[in-house]
Amino acid sequence: MPSLKPTLQAKGIQKFLGSDLNSVHVLRGVDLELMPGHSYSIVGPSGCGKSTLLYLLGLLDRQNEGEIVIGGRSATHASEVERTEIRNMHIGFVFQFHFLLAEFTAAENVMLPMSKLGKRSPEEMREIAFQLLSEVGLGNKVNRLATQLSGGEQQRVAVARALANQPSIILADEPTGNLDVNNSNVVFELLCRLARQHGQSVLMVTHNPDLAKRTDFVLPMKDGLFVEDEKS
Amino acid sequence: MAMTLSGIVFGVGFFIITQAQTSGFERFFIRTILGVNGAMRIQDKLQDTMRSMDAAGPNGGSGFQVKVTDGKKYISGVPYPQEISNAAKKFNEVLGVSEVVQGSARIFGNFREMDCKPYGIRLEDHVGVSDLSNQIVLGELKDFRQKRFGVLLGRPLAKKLGVSVEDPITLQASGATMPFRVSAIYETGIEQIDRARIFIHLPAARSLFKRPYGASFIQINLTDPYRAKDISPHMTEVLQHHVASWQERERSWLEVFKVLKISAGVTVSIIIFISGLGMFSTLAITVMEKTKDIAILRSIGYTQSDISQIFLLQGLTVLVVGVIAGWIFAASVTLGVTKIPIRIRGIFSTDSFVVEWSIWHYIVSGLIAGVVVLLASWFPARRAAKVEPADIIRGTGG
Ligand SMILES: Nc1ncnc2c1ncn2[C@@H]1O[C@H](COP(=O)(O)OP(=O)(O)O)[C@@H](O)[C@H]1O
Ligand SMILES: [Mg+2]
Repeated sequence: MPSLKPTLQAKGIQKFLGSDLNSVHVLRGVDLELMPGHSYSIVGPSGCGKSTLLYLLGLLDRQNEGEIVIGGRSATHASEVERTEIRNMHIGFVFQFHFLLAEFTAAENVMLPMSKLGKRSPEEMREIAFQLLSEVGLGNKVNRLATQLSGGEQQRVAVARALANQPSIILADEPTGNLDVNNSNVVFELLCRLARQHGQSVLMVTHNPDLAKRTDFVLPMKDGLFVEDEKS
Repeated sequence: MAMTLSGIVFGVGFFIITQAQTSGFERFFIRTILGVNGAMRIQDKLQDTMRSMDAAGPNGGSGFQVKVTDGKKYISGVPYPQEISNAAKKFNEVLGVSEVVQGSARIFGNFREMDCKPYGIRLEDHVGVSDLSNQIVLGELKDFRQKRFGVLLGRPLAKKLGVSVEDPITLQASGATMPFRVSAIYETGIEQIDRARIFIHLPAARSLFKRPYGASFIQINLTDPYRAKDISPHMTEVLQHHVASWQERERSWLEVFKVLKISAGVTVSIIIFISGLGMFSTLAITVMEKTKDIAILRSIGYTQSDISQIFLLQGLTVLVVGVIAGWIFAASVTLGVTKIPIRIRGIFSTDSFVVEWSIWHYIVSGLIAGVVVLLASWFPARRAAKVEPADIIRGTGG
């Protein structure tokens, strides 16, 4: 496994946020490499730039300086359409607030990335959605509307959706931040187990030190830079 | 969206219905005046100071070479109607010609007398350039054809004179009087004409007006009457007579119809524009309410154009459903309106609503709705595409 190629490489990432006058230097040159089959956690005080980094790595936003390579493709100078395509194929997002489309059922939410990719028939997509939802323990609730699910259930649907196109990278921003202990554990275990099983890289931001310790690598962050483990 | 949809249905519907009626009446008016006064009239000889015309010479068709100079003078009437008629017939577009001697006379009926305008015609010729044969409401043209001193009267004139078919009348012009007998009563629906115009045979008119030669004008019928205004300048040049098209003759009425059509079209289009505004605000609000959903879709790989298509598609759906429903609504109302009885006399004669079925009314209304809806959904769709997913997710993520 160590001989495998990295799923994601980031070098010298810098990011300024805000308008010209009160612009903030949020990221000050972050380097990062994610390997397949491993889990990573970013920890650090609120406001140190964790979410900002995740959005940049997920190509939801553009860095001011630095280079991001995903699946061997440089995304730095790619067009918006190409970046969106890379996102669709290689990246699965899980956010703190379970972002599901309220008018759609659990299965339909999971099918969204697949129908955009357009590589499977509707029957196949439905099949895969059922399978993924069973894996996250929601096999009996596939046809529930998103609004008819509890917070923990919605977050599990979001995990299933993030996995739908078998992306090489899963980015999770405080995925358990809004859940009780039980659900936190369920979702966390799910992410780590799936990463190992499917050979994906999982990068998650978390405030929970216990959970962070259970990932393969812990990346402490401070003031827009990764720092050596300083054991607070 | 339901409001917008019904706005488009009614906007498109009323657009077509009003256009169908105004153009229907316009068409009917044109048909009437063509049936009465023909597509064109050759009148007033042009006095060229350089040379006189010699069209239709023995050399035939290609021999029209007439120089036209400025400073035109006219003498009223057609001095050589036979030659001009023959020359006119050489035009491909000309279907029929009829020489008319016209004047003013006093008509004496059943103890009453009125002013009138006798038209001296050759019946067979005139039937070919007018709708006279269909305008007879009492008596028969056959009777007129057979009687040298037969006369055709308009219905209102006959009524005022208290005469009917078979009754004798007398015409008086330039001192002389001549007895006639009513052969038939006609009605064009154009009040002004039916009250004054009477038809007598050409020889009778010549002797009544003491005019052995020449004609007042030559009435012409064309294969395509709508080309009259294109042909008349050329004919004027070739025949060296002023040739007036019906479009020139009826300019003021045609203008009235045009204004009516435009104002009805504009008024009704306002309904469509207002629906467009409604759609715009509905979509703009939807975009604002759905920024979170848009951010999700973008984060899982939907492109900016995927996002704008969602909103354009909503607009398009409303457009297609609205326009088709509007067309069906318009077609049924247009059909229904023809069944409404309404009696109109004056510029034409009809006993029910007249409509014109034109595919163009449907196309134009669809285009107006299309442009309005496209604009109304284009801007919200573009705004949706421009949503920055990172900003939205950061905003809710904290
Ligand atoms: N629009 C903005 N303008 C200026 N500064 C911003 C803006 N958005 C976020 N920031 C700042 O960027 C920093 C990093 O934010 P974020 O990445 O969300 O932190 P974290 O996820 O680590 O809590 C914070 O200090 C925040 O105040
Ligand atoms: Mg954050």
